[in-house]
Amino acid sequence: MTEPQQATKTSPALPLSDVARIARLARLKLTENELAIYSNQLGKILEFMTVLREVDTTGVEPMISAVPCENVFREDLIVESLPRKLALANAPKTDGKSFLVPNILG
Amino acid sequence: MKYDVIIGLEVHAQLQTKTKIFCGCATDFTPDAPNIRTCPVCLGLPGALPVLNRRAFEMAVKAALGLRCQIAHFTKWDRKQYFYPDLPKGYQISQYDLPFSHSGLMEIPADPEVAGAEGLTRKVRIIRAHLEDDAGKNIHDESGRGSESQVDLNRAGTPLVEIVTEPDLRSPKEARMLLEEIRLLLLYFGVSDCNMQEGNLRCDANINLHLHHDSGITTKTPIVEIKNLNSFRFLEQACEYEVSRQLKTYGHLEEIADRTKRTFGYDPQRGVTIEQRSKEEAADYRYFPDPDLVPVIVTADQIQLWQADLPERPQDRRQRYQTELGLSPYDAGVIIEQGRAFADFFEQIVAHGAESKQASNWITQEIQRILNERKCSIGEFPVSAELVGTILRKVSDKQLTLKAAREALDALVSYSEENTVSQETLEKVIQERGLSIVQNDELLLNIIQQVIQKNPKPVADYLGGKQAAAGSLLGQVMREARGADPQLVKSLVTQALDALKSGNS
Amino acid sequence: MTLEAGSSLKTGSGTGTSSIGSLFKALNSGTTTSRQIVESCLNAIDQRDGSIGAFLHIDRERALQAAEASDLRRSTGEVRGPLDGLPISIKDAICEAGQPATCASRILEGYVSPYSATVIDRLHAAGAIPLGRVNLDEFAMGSSSENSAYQLTHNPWDLTRTPGGSSSGSAASVAARMVPGSLGSDTGGSIRQPASLCGIVGLKPTYGRVSRYGLVAFASSLEQIGPFSLDVFGAAALLQTIAGHDPHDSTCVNTPAEDYLQTLDTPLADLRIGVPKEYFGEGLDPEVQNIVEEALAVYSQHGAKLIPVELPHSKYSVATYYIIAPSEASSNLARFDGIHYGYRSPNFTDLESLYAASRGEGFGPEVKRRIMLGTYALSAGYADKYYVKALQIRRLIRHDFDAAFQQCDVIAGPVTPTPAFRLGELTDDPLAMYLSDIYTIAANLAGIPAISIPAGWTASGLPVGLQLQGPVFTESRLLRAARMLEIDRPWIDRLPPAAGG
Repeated sequence: MTEPQQATKTSPALPLSDVARIARLARLKLTENELAIYSNQLGKILEFMTVLREVDTTGVEPMISAVPCENVFREDLIVESLPRKLALANAPKTDGKSFLVPNILG
Repeated sequence: MKYDVIIGLEVHAQLQTKTKIFCGCATDFTPDAPNIRTCPVCLGLPGALPVLNRRAFEMAVKAALGLRCQIAHFTKWDRKQYFYPDLPKGYQISQYDLPFSHSGLMEIPADPEVAGAEGLTRKVRIIRAHLEDDAGKNIHDESGRGSESQVDLNRAGTPLVEIVTEPDLRSPKEARMLLEEIRLLLLYFGVSDCNMQEGNLRCDANINLHLHHDSGITTKTPIVEIKNLNSFRFLEQACEYEVSRQLKTYGHLEEIADRTKRTFGYDPQRGVTIEQRSKEEAADYRYFPDPDLVPVIVTADQIQLWQADLPERPQDRRQRYQTELGLSPYDAGVIIEQGRAFADFFEQIVAHGAESKQASNWITQEIQRILNERKCSIGEFPVSAELVGTILRKVSDKQLTLKAAREALDALVSYSEENTVSQETLEKVIQERGLSIVQNDELLLNIIQQVIQKNPKPVADYLGGKQAAAGSLLGQVMREARGADPQLVKSLVTQALDALKSGNS
Repeated sequence: MTLEAGSSLKTGSGTGTSSIGSLFKALNSGTTTSRQIVESCLNAIDQRDGSIGAFLHIDRERALQAAEASDLRRSTGEVRGPLDGLPISIKDAICEAGQPATCASRILEGYVSPYSATVIDRLHAAGAIPLGRVNLDEFAMGSSSENSAYQLTHNPWDLTRTPGGSSSGSAASVAARMVPGSLGSDTGGSIRQPASLCGIVGLKPTYGRVSRYGLVAFASSLEQIGPFSLDVFGAAALLQTIAGHDPHDSTCVNTPAEDYLQTLDTPLADLRIGVPKEYFGEGLDPEVQNIVEEALAVYSQHGAKLIPVELPHSKYSVATYYIIAPSEASSNLARFDGIHYGYRSPNFTDLESLYAASRGEGFGPEVKRRIMLGTYALSAGYADKYYVKALQIRRLIRHDFDAAFQQCDVIAGPVTPTPAFRLGELTDDPLAMYLSDIYTIAANLAGIPAISIPAGWTASGLPVGLQLQGPVFTESRLLRAARMLEIDRPWIDRLPPAAGG
């Protein structure tokens, strides 16, 4: 797999096969035109990211979050659930009891 | 050709909290009323955030300590990302690189059918136990004709502990035994009801073979993960099938180029494993730390407190029943198998004076029989362990015969239907039914003299050399002296008759 | 001066509403009622929003009822605080039960939230009146409103220009005097940048100060809900209302919020203002630089010391941010899948094509671009190179701030490199758009609070803001420092052309 960093200055595009693979992983249907645009734009953006390589991060602990706390819990106490009608209210398709999706056992 | 079977398990157990892991929805089993146990959090609605259930974490730690795992000082939550209708957030909240526990150990007896393993203990290393949220349920149209599946999110967000073992198991039978042992542990520790019908305990098996070819070359078959096995039998059968399938597929190959791990399911109706996902679609879960949750930091003191508070492991109890109470491995196993309340009842019987072997026989036979008849659990048994212990102590003190003791227990059980049963009830039953062994020799001798006087014919027959005639006399004495020790009666009657004989001669 | 009932109030519907401080005063003195305020807001919306395009949804009847309830409370002496009876606009990414929450996305068209964000509950408890839901860049991704699936929002100071984003409607609705205050969210500058470009006050709280429960997540580890207001008093009152512990948000700290209003008018003595050279370099518009430097001179006149500080990793902040934020976004937006809520495409044959078509058609180009970028950055083989590396540099950026705050109390600088750009100017170049976030995103990466306050106007009449950043949980300090500038250089009465100025 070609990595964007190794692409030349004149052609920083992310290979179309990578764009298609990522689109599939993200469950995004893209048109041919979109694939081409993202190939160029993502290539350019990823090339810009290579600036980070110049920073020596040896031994630096990744900062997952700025939140200064830990051990946050809730107690095991029941809170009333949503009425089913409300839980399903925004669903594109239901049978009044469950969400409906195309048959998974195709 | 010789070969080794290599199996590791990933066990998923639902923790028996009242509420889900990240929200306050109840976790009760409501399959007939889909989507009544949901809220913005477990529906994955935009803007909703998870907050960790303290009890879920503590139960998971308890399970891990039971598995002799190390508890991590620092643990965090990660998102495992994939799309599926039963996963409304588009990711499962799980633990990736820093699980809350690791490096545990379980021991089971090795399968004697594995070469060289007879009599050995199989040590199964636990890689890790981690905490995660369960998915909902997709209900498929089994007929295959329907065009839609239903999605029920009642179960979405239920806390699961996932236990991952090293591939230390060497046969399908050992896989089954380990799962049984883990189930017992979780049950005894009160952290999961392990109800397999409801899907509260299920497991994936990773299995492959090391083939030792006659040429001296050893080849390893590709690892197959069999997903979602929800019974002990299916686990064992699926592994057995997979062993034979891999032998057939790879047995003749001294070189296996593609050893990519593959994912299979098990079809119990046909008894075969079926490939689920092809290799090209190898999952890329894109794990990363969930920014909506904060780490949990556990101190050494806290771990010590938890450790001190731990119940006895069923494995340890089974061992103790053998070494301290002198039970056979089989008897100890049968009692442990029946669950913690049952084993506790057994120990209380012993604590109240019963001899342990006798107590073991009784709880597995008499009490089990009554439980079966009445279709109830040990918790609902109408006679207290103390009373059962008292009855059995009377047997070892020779105040009751075993037969009389059984009768006393049955009487107490039927008496219990309308009354509460106490120590007094027991004494009353023994007295009213004359169950007590007649200890007073004088009284017994009087009865014998009376019977001899009333029965001149059999006496004469006996004295005339018909030994068998003593039988009817014996029977009459036993009827008169209910509960007397038959051995004692027999010797006294014989003595009395022999005295007549010598007197006559 | 801002606490006096402004003259704008008396000139009636032509100028719309006024600042929270002056309205509070007017309500207390009985010169107006909540009903009158809400009506004047609704009138201003009717007159102006056609050209501004801030509002996506307005609930008039409910607002008027709430105003009457507030007036009743006032008449019986049960006023709940400085926001009681005041209408507030809400960014359409903050959920309220029974209200739409589109996030300006097709994928949430018609979605009605069954629950309320914690900040909304707190607004209601304080007697404030959520008046309507305002436009944003789709899922808060963008800096111009151009990524809204529904409409453009225009800058009240120049309708051909952007109000900034992503909280475009929040800033524009306040700047155009259609509401006195608004709630927005700031993931990489989405409060401060539009506040600066629209000439109003906008504050991004310390990460963990305000509950995120009910804010539709874009990048969870970076974003906070915060206030927009015409005056510093209003920003303080809004922050005080929404800040504080929330058991529904694990990342919301369990320390009580300060009383921001109590100390507001006390100037900070011996204020040490850090001035990073990195904020005044290449790419900064000279006019913006002049205005910011003049504002700093005001502080000097009041005894503040200007101290040069260094933030050596700030040049990496854009690249760092545009790895972390899209990574989290790619995960946060996985839930929009056409199954449980939101748009489901009719163009599918099976489950996978349902997902792909619903998401492909439901999301706009910038959202898809970021999902792609984030998915790539987290995918097997790339996570260490991009995502983990970015998290490491994030820590170095935080260390820069920690070190700088050893020498100073606040760090000052521009909010944006340029005044408001023209709508359409940057749409074809996502990277250029990302680069305009250069001064704001470091605060989100570090989790520190930051405020944008009007500092001046360009020759062509475009507002320019000053940004003050402080150590974590120093919102009180930032508000007091902002108030010092506000007292010295009152801006409230300078009306944008769209509000009759």
